[in-house]
Amino acid sequence: MDYHFLGVGVLTWITFLPIVGMVVVLALPKEKKNAMRWASLAFTVLQVLLAGFIFAAFNRNLAGINTMDGMQFKELGTWIDIKSISWFGRIHIDYFLGVDGISTPMVLLTALISFVAVIASWKIEKSVKGYFALLLLLDTGMMGVFVALDFFLFYVFWEIMLLPMYFLIGVWGGPRREYAAIKFFLYTLLGSVLMLLAMLALYFSVSVVDPATGEKIHTFNMLAMMNPANFDPGSILAGLHTYWRYVAYVALFIGFAIKVPIFPFHTWLPDAHVEAPTAISVILAGVLLKMGAYGLLRIAFPIFPDAALKYAYPLAFLGFINIVYGALCAMAQKDFKKLIAYSSVSHMGIVILGLAAFNTQGMMGAVFQMFNHGTITAMLFLIVGVIYDRAHTRGLDDFGGLMNQMPKYSAVMVIAFFAALGLPGLSGFISEAFSFLGAFQTYRWLTIASSVGIVLTAAYMLWTLQRVFLGTLPERWKSLPDINGRELVALVPLAVIVIFLGIYPAPILNIMNASANYLVDVVKNGGALALMGR
Amino acid sequence: MLESIIQSLQYIKPEAALTATFLCAILADLIFKKKEITAAVVIAGILVTAVYVFQQVGERASVFSRMLAVDPFAIFFKFLILLSALIIVFFSLFSNEVNNNKRRIGEYYSLLVAMVIGMFFMVGASNLLMMYLSLELTSISSYLLAGITKEARDSAEASLKYVIYGALSSGLMLYGISIVYGLTGALDIYSVNSVLAQGGTNTITLLIAGALIVAGFGYKISAVPFHFWTPDVYEGAPVSITAFLSVASKAAGFAMLMRFSKVVFIDSSVLSLPAGMWATIHGVVWTDILIILSVITMTLGNLVAIWQDNVKRLLAYSSIAHAGYMLLGLVVLGNDGFAATMIYFVMYLFMNLGAFYVVMLVANKTGSEDIETYKGLGSRAPLLSVSMTIFLLSLTGIPPTAGFVGKLYIFAALINAKLIWLAVIGVINSVISLYYYVRIFRNMFLRDAEGEQAPLTFHFAHTFLLLVLVVPTLALGLYFGPLVEFAQYSVAMFGVK
Repeated sequence: MDYHFLGVGVLTWITFLPIVGMVVVLALPKEKKNAMRWASLAFTVLQVLLAGFIFAAFNRNLAGINTMDGMQFKELGTWIDIKSISWFGRIHIDYFLGVDGISTPMVLLTALISFVAVIASWKIEKSVKGYFALLLLLDTGMMGVFVALDFFLFYVFWEIMLLPMYFLIGVWGGPRREYAAIKFFLYTLLGSVLMLLAMLALYFSVSVVDPATGEKIHTFNMLAMMNPANFDPGSILAGLHTYWRYVAYVALFIGFAIKVPIFPFHTWLPDAHVEAPTAISVILAGVLLKMGAYGLLRIAFPIFPDAALKYAYPLAFLGFINIVYGALCAMAQKDFKKLIAYSSVSHMGIVILGLAAFNTQGMMGAVFQMFNHGTITAMLFLIVGVIYDRAHTRGLDDFGGLMNQMPKYSAVMVIAFFAALGLPGLSGFISEAFSFLGAFQTYRWLTIASSVGIVLTAAYMLWTLQRVFLGTLPERWKSLPDINGRELVALVPLAVIVIFLGIYPAPILNIMNASANYLVDVVKNGGALALMGR
Repeated sequence: MLESIIQSLQYIKPEAALTATFLCAILADLIFKKKEITAAVVIAGILVTAVYVFQQVGERASVFSRMLAVDPFAIFFKFLILLSALIIVFFSLFSNEVNNNKRRIGEYYSLLVAMVIGMFFMVGASNLLMMYLSLELTSISSYLLAGITKEARDSAEASLKYVIYGALSSGLMLYGISIVYGLTGALDIYSVNSVLAQGGTNTITLLIAGALIVAGFGYKISAVPFHFWTPDVYEGAPVSITAFLSVASKAAGFAMLMRFSKVVFIDSSVLSLPAGMWATIHGVVWTDILIILSVITMTLGNLVAIWQDNVKRLLAYSSIAHAGYMLLGLVVLGNDGFAATMIYFVMYLFMNLGAFYVVMLVANKTGSEDIETYKGLGSRAPLLSVSMTIFLLSLTGIPPTAGFVGKLYIFAALINAKLIWLAVIGVINSVISLYYYVRIFRNMFLRDAEGEQAPLTFHFAHTFLLLVLVVPTLALGLYFGPLVEFAQYSVAMFGVK
């Protein structure tokens, strides 16, 4: 089923609503700071409502991935069409949007986190107009990445995010913001230009027959790229297990790995997370990191299943390094925010380990972990933000005994902390368990070794809890006020989701079930065979 | 003979119109002594010329005994040069630097037209001597324009440097041409090609001749190692002239280089290689020369730009780097590579003129081109700063801007020709370039103004011209179909497949 409002598809709405919001914010006079805040909030609330609609109307039985029929809420239109000439074929770029079980959880997450980020940004006083305009532009870029099914379109959205992120960190960030912002920008651009080359190589290798004219046209359509039958014989990426296919896979992988971030491409992350303002850290950890993993799932794996399987073990090994190395680094931190940043590295390692297993449990666990990590880390960064706003320090050793001073705050904190360390009954447990269960079947010893990371996570989380919230309250924090209503509005929905999905994960698992299953099938048994079977 | 000359005359209406404009501009200056009137004459002349060029669309002819070609390729570049000349006239009208030396203002506009005439001959020249002469005509006018602000010391220095390097390069080029003449006994490039294609030419001598001729082209497009004049001239000349040199003069140089490469060194008996590429004449290492030239040009341009503190000088090095990217399209030696370079030029026109225009507006208000003066401009002049950011992102090649589409086509041509490692060098270079472009908008937005805090206000016309440049920079990034079709149509040159 395709859904339209006012003649425009629902995915176009959800993607470009923030741009409309941006225009509204820019049109408001400079003094109307509150109007800008409320306008941004209104547009992100609308986005959440649309996401809710997608969640409700989504058909749980369709798999998507490489089948046109399996994609939902599709919108397909011609964007650029350049007619062929004697020496150069037709160029065709589609405006092609659609979601399946892999992207829908990410769409929900993006809408939710953007809404939370706007609330968390309420106290921003420095050039409010620029801030919210950039935040909304960033929102469009993120949403676009998750709904685009044309590689060119995907790339454009992917790159649109860079600039707002640069400014949001660079203008509104902490003391070392300039360094962190440019580091983020350069790292990500390096990754994306490699992706660009892989995209062009794919473009010249894949062609489909235009039903209208019968001529062969090169295309950026991802679904066409997933079908081995569409690769022109003799083109650079034709065949299976060729040198250039491996090179292209690695180029794509580096592009995505920088975003995840996978060791050794992670060094931008602690800087960016620590220097960014709270709301931007929330977005970085909550959504941007997921894009890397999503790119692997949406593009790298189904288009290069041969290379994906060949490099599955190295990928799993990198996942293992992420888990343990991230946890060890987190343990050594004295800055609350940096600790959370490294915990993200560790938790994204679990996603990578689950993906690399290439079985249903691992895949489900990984996608679910992406969603859960988004909500849990967003909570953790908000929690750091709350305390930093009050105390203007993030040193773990500066605090103690906050439990009695700020009881409501501490209650929320306990939920987030225990979710992060994987306590049963909270959402993090289920996804981590699935990931490890999947990985254990494929890589026994590596998974056992990775589980050390779980112990380490428990250790640093509990140790942090003890240092900040237990013990004696230093004299100077005696007057710290407890968490206020606005902060609760941001945190409580996330906490509810974390608890609810911990007890009853079915709503999200049902969405991704068919797609995760089928993606494993595509990678393992070949897209073409699977296509014929259906 | 006479008949063929008379026949040919109808094909040089645009050039004739420009010559008339040149004379009228001088007269107007003598009579009225008002810059507005001179400029108006020049604008009218450019528009009339554009009409004549428009009438030539679709023409494919060789005129004056194969001295000049009138073909879609030349017409494409003529439009490009006219458009940039038109924009530059408006730049000049708004530029304090130009307006401050009242006595030379008339010469300024007429010399601009003289330069355009030279470029028109450059893009069509199909005879080695004609190439040399048109190059000189362009160069001599640009030497004068670079030093037009006689009062400024660095302007005079720039002009002198320009003359010396120019004389050296054109000397080398002339020497190369004489060797080619000695080898083949021909000066028009089609005959040179057919003699070379028969084989039997001494390869080493041909290589030397080729390298010497490249010196002439390399100087015009400021490719490394013939670029030494560029930073000083770009810094010393008035911004409007710098912008004109960086776009139009470079475009003319490229057009000539492209025609030379395609007509002289391609073996037309070999129809085409699989990926639509052309075969070079046996024994000619033209591709390797171009590869070396492009790689060192973009790498050196980018690496040196990082250290610049004068924005004009920074953009000078950036334009050297861009010459390197455009050479990548030539390396492919095929229709798609050439079309990519031509597409790139259109994108480059808007974004590079835009960046220089912002430098000019800032210099008008603050009197400085130092990167420090850009601190805090984000709040003092928001529209200007946002526009500059868009131009710089476009120069880096980040979507959705025009520069991205330009780079996309260049890299696509490289990938299609399986020159993957060259594409990798190209993209790594664009990452490096981000580093110094960022410095400008970092100063604008991330740093606070020191000293002067008052908002900068601009005349309505100034803002309008800014928008004229910003809008295409964004729009061509989102929709580029017609432009690409036009460029692909315009790849066709007279006399070659």
